Amino acid sequence: MKQGARTRGQEPSRFTYHETVYLLEGVRKVYDGRCVLNIDRLEVRRGEILAVVGPSGAGKSTLLRLLNFLEPPDAGAITFQGNRIGRGPVPLRLRRQVTTVFQRPVLLSTTVAGNVAYGLRLRGMRDGRERIHAMLERLHLAHLARTSARKLSGGEAQRVALARALILRPTVLLLDEPTANLDPYNVALIEQTVQEMNREQGTTVVWVTHNIFQARRLAHRVAFLLNGQMVEVADTETFFTAPRDPRTGAFVRGEMVY
Amino acid sequence: MATVLAGLQEGLRLLLSGDPYLWDIILRTGQVTGAALVVGSLLGIPLGALLGLTRFPGRRLVQTLIYTGMGLPPVLAGLAIYLLLSRNGILGPLDLPWIPKLFTPEAMVLAQVLIATPLIAGFTMAAVAGVDPDLRRQVEALGATRLQVAWAVLREARLGVLVSLVAGLGSILSEVGAVMLVGGNIEGSTRVLTTAILLETRRGNFDLAIGLGVVLLGLSFLVNLGATQLQGKGR
Ligand SMILES: Nc1ncnc2c1ncn2[C@@H]1O[C@H](COP(=O)(O)OP(=O)(O)O)[C@@H](O)[C@H]1O
Ligand SMILES: [Mg+2]
Repeated sequence: MKQGARTRGQEPSRFTYHETVYLLEGVRKVYDGRCVLNIDRLEVRRGEILAVVGPSGAGKSTLLRLLNFLEPPDAGAITFQGNRIGRGPVPLRLRRQVTTVFQRPVLLSTTVAGNVAYGLRLRGMRDGRERIHAMLERLHLAHLARTSARKLSGGEAQRVALARALILRPTVLLLDEPTANLDPYNVALIEQTVQEMNREQGTTVVWVTHNIFQARRLAHRVAFLLNGQMVEVADTETFFTAPRDPRTGAFVRGEMVY
Repeated sequence: MATVLAGLQEGLRLLLSGDPYLWDIILRTGQVTGAALVVGSLLGIPLGALLGLTRFPGRRLVQTLIYTGMGLPPVLAGLAIYLLLSRNGILGPLDLPWIPKLFTPEAMVLAQVLIATPLIAGFTMAAVAGVDPDLRRQVEALGATRLQVAWAVLREARLGVLVSLVAGLGSILSEVGAVMLVGGNIEGSTRVLTTAILLETRRGNFDLAIGLGVVLLGLSFLVNLGATQLQGKGR
């Protein structure tokens, strides 16, 4: 598996690998007078899986909220696909290219199929039955299509949340520790599906995880966030074998004292 | 006891025989209450959603007004509308076609709207505030506009919104003081179930009063039965 991650990191992609999807410069987020995110520079490249690792409270979820335009930064600039994102409302056309699967799946109180259809409905797409069915099959949910979303197990619910996001074919998929607390079967299914979408559709993925093994398994590049600051961003191989910053090494070896 | 039983019998007979006086009152009650509920919902649900979902200057004040309105004795709502519409009142002297006259069904609808709207808004607000706050963020992340977010939250709160409608309907269906004040209990024009019961009991027409009472009870029962059925489906 390690081998896989290593080669994938250097694999030339069918997609213009180095095109920048996001560029963050001097981005700060302040809550109650406390600066919880302070990123000098971060680039997210088209078609990559970027893992964001770091201890709890490092600002990972905050970063994803900014990337999904759910909150504006308090300072600095976010450029998304060449569009400078200001403090004002972000155009719907841009917002709808990005979506997030959160750690805790929040489903609507309707059926599984209704949940998966939800994002399509928001976009005024009425017919998508075959697309929905295909997506349900892909995440082994077809037999639950008409089940109430309330009756699902944690793993099933998270797969529904993933299906609901992937069916939109987003330019960017943001994942906030989606497999924390899930059993190996669900973890494997989710990892596999996201990887496939990344390869087939060229979906750019920012995958927040506190599991460094998961980061190594999946990511092309890994970013290490600590106390709101980007300590290091590197190719997966480099990140784990020859990190620049001693704190990265300590984190990777599990020696980091928070 | 004999009076009650005889009254019940006579009341049911009048009801089933299609007594025109009784049915006229039933239909008017339905019209006035129905119209008030529709208008009250159109005002109360969006207001409740707005208060539950957004922060704006003056929100606290509006909230306090709504809580006051929820506990307002209905007869005071009647008095307010009376003062508004009477010849010596605020709107009455303007004599405009769209301002309802006192002692008309429209004036009663207005009073009932004033009673029901705070209840509907208050219960809707509570229901909306009870929805998982993470749901809004998730729906937004899926590309919802602000209106679509509000709609999604209202849909999640649908049982609570339904409860708000039942509360609103219950309050105006059983209310007597305000409709008496602004309607005047005029036969064939503004007489509804509650005011008719009041009058017929005073007159000693217990059978008619009981017949009217049975209808009111039945309507109330049906409303609540419908609500519990829907709640069961929502589970
Ligand atoms: N809405 C908020 N209000 C105040 N503080 C917040 C808010 N969201 C996050 N924080 C704080 O910001 C810091 C980073 O949080 P978060 O981004 O959730 O970290 P992570 O996801 O890496 O665990 C934490 O100290 C957290 O308490
Ligand atoms: Mg987090």
